[in-house]
Amino acid sequence: MSAQTNDSNILVEIKNLVKTYTRGDQAVPVLHDISLNILRGDFISLMGPSGSGKSTLLNLIAGIDKPTAGILRIDGEDISKLSEGDLADWRASNIGFIFQFYNLMPVLTAYENVELPLLLTNLNKAERRERIHLTLGMVGLMDRMDHYPNELSGGQQQRVAIARAVVTDPTILVCDEPTGDLDKQSATDVLNMLKELNSKLGKTIIMVTHDAHAAEAAKRMVHLEKGELIGEVI
Amino acid sequence: MYYFKLIFKNVFRAKLRTALTITGLIVAVVAFGLLQTVVDAWYAGANASSGTRLVTRNAISLVFPMPIYYRERMRSVEGVKSVSYSQWFGGIYKEPQNFFPQFAIDHTNYLEMFPEFITKPEELLAFKRDRQGAMVGRKLAEQFGWKIGDTVPIRGTIFQGNWQFTVRGIFDGKDETTITRQFFMHWDYINEDIKRRFPRRGDQIGAFNIEIKDASRAADISKEIDGLFRNSLAETLTETEKAFQLGFVAQSEAIVVAIRTVSFVVIFIIMAVVANTMAMTARERIAEYATLKVLGFSPGYVAALVFGEAMVLALTGAALGILLTFPMAQGFASSPAGAAFAVFAVTPSTVQLQVICAVIVGVVAALVPSWRSARVNIVDGLRHVG
Repeated sequence: MSAQTNDSNILVEIKNLVKTYTRGDQAVPVLHDISLNILRGDFISLMGPSGSGKSTLLNLIAGIDKPTAGILRIDGEDISKLSEGDLADWRASNIGFIFQFYNLMPVLTAYENVELPLLLTNLNKAERRERIHLTLGMVGLMDRMDHYPNELSGGQQQRVAIARAVVTDPTILVCDEPTGDLDKQSATDVLNMLKELNSKLGKTIIMVTHDAHAAEAAKRMVHLEKGELIGEVI
Repeated sequence: MYYFKLIFKNVFRAKLRTALTITGLIVAVVAFGLLQTVVDAWYAGANASSGTRLVTRNAISLVFPMPIYYRERMRSVEGVKSVSYSQWFGGIYKEPQNFFPQFAIDHTNYLEMFPEFITKPEELLAFKRDRQGAMVGRKLAEQFGWKIGDTVPIRGTIFQGNWQFTVRGIFDGKDETTITRQFFMHWDYINEDIKRRFPRRGDQIGAFNIEIKDASRAADISKEIDGLFRNSLAETLTETEKAFQLGFVAQSEAIVVAIRTVSFVVIFIIMAVVANTMAMTARERIAEYATLKVLGFSPGYVAALVFGEAMVLALTGAALGILLTFPMAQGFASSPAGAAFAVFAVTPSTVQLQVICAVIVGVVAALVPSWRSARVNIVDGLRHVG
């Protein structure tokens, strides 16, 4: 099943998307003929069992992998045609990433981790500092900015990761199991934070999750199984 | 700025591993520096030689002498400024292990021919006036605690007998490359006694030292001198002082080659150690490199991080190793083993070589890990658990 719309507000347009990996001599199909539209300001959760292809779909949308066939347009741009270098630049300015295991640099403080993506912009030091303070304040970690990741709890680390994801003001936030490594309270805090980013700042959020409770935070839930879209709940 | 901050923080992340790798580098750099200094010490005589000095010896071998009267004929050759002579004495001071070079010289002009030996005029005069006088180098005097006026007993081996010399002067070197572990005495004094006891061995000399006016004419003058004595009982071989010194070194060239080889083997071993460290480091951080690439950092930036880390390791080890080489060399030089070398000083070229080797170690150790890190697949990298 696919969700399609003619709305001119489409941010992510996916048509007949196919992804096949090659393992040795064998072709392993992961996604079959996926078609899906995601609107600007949407909050969508991709659900499905392990091996269903949800993370692969997320990686394709985020521009860290390339489709084998089909159309993948983000904000009207066919990102499957971009070179590796252009794709890296595109990711830096359009995508914010939130991972299950936070993926913070252990040798950098919370402040420095949030600063990382800003190093690829033209902002000067003072402008960077202003933005970092703003985002760390938003996730409630101003008092922990000089702490290293190993000095923070899992929930705090994920909040630093959220700050790092939004500090460049990207169009899309992609979240791969953002609550998968957190306790219930921290998971709720992170989901509330994502909801706020979506409702107050209008960020388009695409979240992969196993957790039905987490998926309920989204406006739409899309189910995948064996590389195919099998249902959608709004 | 941020790049360097990240590199330095990464370098000291696994403190024990970094400390051990840097310690290995320090040991390797010091060992390399000391071995190169040994090689330099071997060539010290040749390197300190002058282009305007020639040495004439018996064409058959240095152990065969030449008649002293050759000197007058040598003086007549155009371009020759002055002629002096020296004879290896080869005596023993107290114990055979107290070895140092001793030469019986023409006291009238030999030391003037070597401006690198700095003598005090009054001491030089005292030396010239005393037939039993000796002029000794500063390092030698310090080694045995000799002072002006001390009597030095030497047991002759080539010129047998118990000889007594009085220290009349102590000379310094022009710089630290000048050999000041030498002992000079009057050839006249030795010759007089030898003529009395072994008349056939009298008036014979081991080598003539010839000062010429123009270094560029060394080959012509050498040829001319040797031509003077062709078909005589003692044919001569004249060569530049450097060639003469290198002739000695050539006799032990195999040892020098072995020392050089070992010094580079040490560097090769540490290169493998640092390369292993960098490979382990890069493998552990695949997820971090993938994250950096996800955030938009280029493969080149990731490679530069690994490369920079290897260079910081190599250059830190090299800097500390170089700093340690100087006191270690000094310590060795003042030890009994170091006394075998007339000059044992770390030269600028040795330091340059140490730096070059460290840079090569850093570059080679970083090549493969940098390349692999730059090529890390983002999707696979994010799944990687270090």
